[in-house]
Amino acid sequence: MAPRDHDTPGAEPGEATPPRGGLSRRGLLGLVGAGAAGAAAGVAGTSAVAQATAATSSGAAATYPFFGAHQSGIVTAAQDRLHFAAFDVGDIDRAELKVLLQDWSAAAARMTRGDGAGPEGPVGGAYDAPPDDTGEALDLPAAGLTVTFGFGPTLFTDAAGRDRFGLASRRPVELIDLPHFPGDALVDTLTGGDLCIQACSDDPQVAVHAIRNLSRIAFGRASLRWSQLGFGRTSSTTRAQATPRNLFGFKDGTSNVKAEDTGEVAAHVWVGDDSAQSWMSGGSYLVARKIRMTIETWDRASLREQERVVGRTKGEGAPLSGGTEFTAVDLEKSTSDEVPLIDQAAHVRLAHRDTNRGAVMLRRGYNFVDGNDDLGRLNAGLFFISFQRDPEQFVAVQNSLAANDAMNEYIKHVGSGIFAVPPGAASGSFVGAGLFD
Amino acid sequence: MHTTRGGIAALTAAGAILALSACVPNSPAGGEAAVTVESTVDDCAVSTATAPSGIVTFDVTNATDLTTEFYVLADDELRIVGEVENIAPGAPRALTVQLTPGEYFTVCKPGMVGDGVGKSSFTVTDSGADVSPVGGEADRIETAATNYVAYVKDQVAQLVTGTDAFLAAYTAGDDETARSLYAITRANYERIEPVAESFGDLDPAMDFREADVPAGDEWSGWHRIEKDLWPPTDAGYVALTAAERQSFSERLATDTAALYDAVHDPGYSVTIDAISNGAIGLMDEVATGKITGEEEIWSHTDLWDFSANLEGARVAYEGVRDIVEEKDAELVAELDDEFAALEADLAAYGSLDTGFVYYDELTPEQVKALADGVNALAEPLSRLTAALVG
Repeated sequence: MAPRDHDTPGAEPGEATPPRGGLSRRGLLGLVGAGAAGAAAGVAGTSAVAQATAATSSGAAATYPFFGAHQSGIVTAAQDRLHFAAFDVGDIDRAELKVLLQDWSAAAARMTRGDGAGPEGPVGGAYDAPPDDTGEALDLPAAGLTVTFGFGPTLFTDAAGRDRFGLASRRPVELIDLPHFPGDALVDTLTGGDLCIQACSDDPQVAVHAIRNLSRIAFGRASLRWSQLGFGRTSSTTRAQATPRNLFGFKDGTSNVKAEDTGEVAAHVWVGDDSAQSWMSGGSYLVARKIRMTIETWDRASLREQERVVGRTKGEGAPLSGGTEFTAVDLEKSTSDEVPLIDQAAHVRLAHRDTNRGAVMLRRGYNFVDGNDDLGRLNAGLFFISFQRDPEQFVAVQNSLAANDAMNEYIKHVGSGIFAVPPGAASGSFVGAGLFD
Repeated sequence: MHTTRGGIAALTAAGAILALSACVPNSPAGGEAAVTVESTVDDCAVSTATAPSGIVTFDVTNATDLTTEFYVLADDELRIVGEVENIAPGAPRALTVQLTPGEYFTVCKPGMVGDGVGKSSFTVTDSGADVSPVGGEADRIETAATNYVAYVKDQVAQLVTGTDAFLAAYTAGDDETARSLYAITRANYERIEPVAESFGDLDPAMDFREADVPAGDEWSGWHRIEKDLWPPTDAGYVALTAAERQSFSERLATDTAALYDAVHDPGYSVTIDAISNGAIGLMDEVATGKITGEEEIWSHTDLWDFSANLEGARVAYEGVRDIVEEKDAELVAELDDEFAALEADLAAYGSLDTGFVYYDELTPEQVKALADGVNALAEPLSRLTAALVG
């Protein structure tokens, strides 16, 4: 183990290893080897949170293991930057798909250690050949990079009903096609995908580097369908992190499932051992929604209206029913003339577990601004990502929100994806190996 | 377009004399005119078409066998300066109102639905009388709210008859007539959309777009019929049957009647901030749905909605304008300019009377220019409520 400069309550050894500063990308190898071994030990253990949390140094030096019981990038302390990508698999067969996934895992394992995408690295290969890593992360540390893979419904059965890879029988019943929600304005080119990769890092260049190189590795086998950059996290996944703000200017994810809440994580995030598709045990389901915010009209709303819509104060993030940020929301509390303090259409009410028969998710969203639209408005919003053991948790909450949320006046869902996220790979294996057993 | 600022401090019949004597005992006697009005089945005969500025009293008799109403409208023919309603047959009522110099319209509404009969212009000349707003702020706020409610009722009453005519053409299979009535009839709705939205279930039932409808719910209302009148050409759209047309029409008529009943409920009232927030909400409607062409995705009549939303915002603004002017004259000056500028921008593409350019015929540059105008107005407009109640 590397020296641990900062102890994080609840953090397990070998999860995130904050090395001493000044090491080169290559130089991290030795340290990370130790970290990976620790995580491999975690695989053998039974703890559902074996790799749960982060170091307090969420800075550039952190590394997270690629191999483990669960994939990193889920309960991992949410990094600051995101590059998410969805892929369509090309005209390849089952064996070739398996090789692609092996190649991806190998490259991802290297990159999360702070190394190059290929074994030779950006400048180590033959002089007359293109480098096997594109090089823009050459002088950068791992910056907490995690690479998380997922499988979309169409990998199992495509839109034409074909079972391209002999995997149809392995499709979990939980991996549904999401229903149409009221107000959905989904754009086909921002929706769906056979495969997905979520790359998160505290350095945007490191996250982009990962997607760029994994896309390159896939050329001829899978091609980018859509991708999304997120420049700021909108969720905390550990208690050590301060609650960030979304582009409405409000704290987001105050009542998110946190890694330290091991019971909640086990109950709501990880697929259990009782899954009918055993290859998913220890995995999770990822729902991604690209939510455009019409921030121009939001910004013209009075503070009173903004707080009514959200159901929390803008400054502190306290529920309008009283208290401070982490005070429990009281949905029943009313004024003396029986007006609920938290509006019937407030976002916090409709998203609350008590409104949704206990449904909760681990949210891991990011703010985005993709330039501007033709009307001179920032193309801004929130790229929502949630992890849950069953997507019905998301469906329940989204049905509640889509029908009645006062916030709907200011948002529009334009992109969507659902993916089965397999458990982590054992050291030397690859993510999704269980699917080919 | 020049808009008269007069008449904001209009007084309804019941409160008129009391308010005048209580608040402006020394009001110059310069202009005090008495006008008689006779509401008949097809006319609204006013004894004179002019009056000097100051206090004007309209004595209204009802010669029909229906309950009637009498309105004094501002020169936009939308905003209500004064009104008296529930005039029973044979039971005269008086409307006393303070009018500043300018152009007005008078109109009666026997049966209390439709756009009225006998609409005539009415000119108020400058008598030199003091026509500064009457009463304290509380009185003026109350008057503004009263007149806004009257305006809402008027729009919904017009919506009822307009919708009847539209649906009659539609159920009769006269698609051409139905298409010609579609956008102009919706204007009555679009002018007061935030009001309709305040009644929970009505706006979803009447105005939802296809994508707004929850899975499993039936899509109904204006846009369901819109799609049937301007059916998609590419996919295999199945036209509604006569029975389905009948069913959707009955539902829309029922929902419109429910909206009418809701705003005509004696308990229906609006607060002053609801009026100013309504103005803001209407411009948000433009910014979110109309300027993007999403509201009328089949008929492409988005500019009709845009115009009606803008008119509705203007009416709401005018209703509180003079109250705000005393508190923030700079804001009022800015809003006057921006309203005029956006109205001029939009007028380049037509009018509700003559029709507009269809949204899909606008160039991206034209849409962008309109969007810029919306932002230019909406930003200062968003400060209206704070200025009003502050």
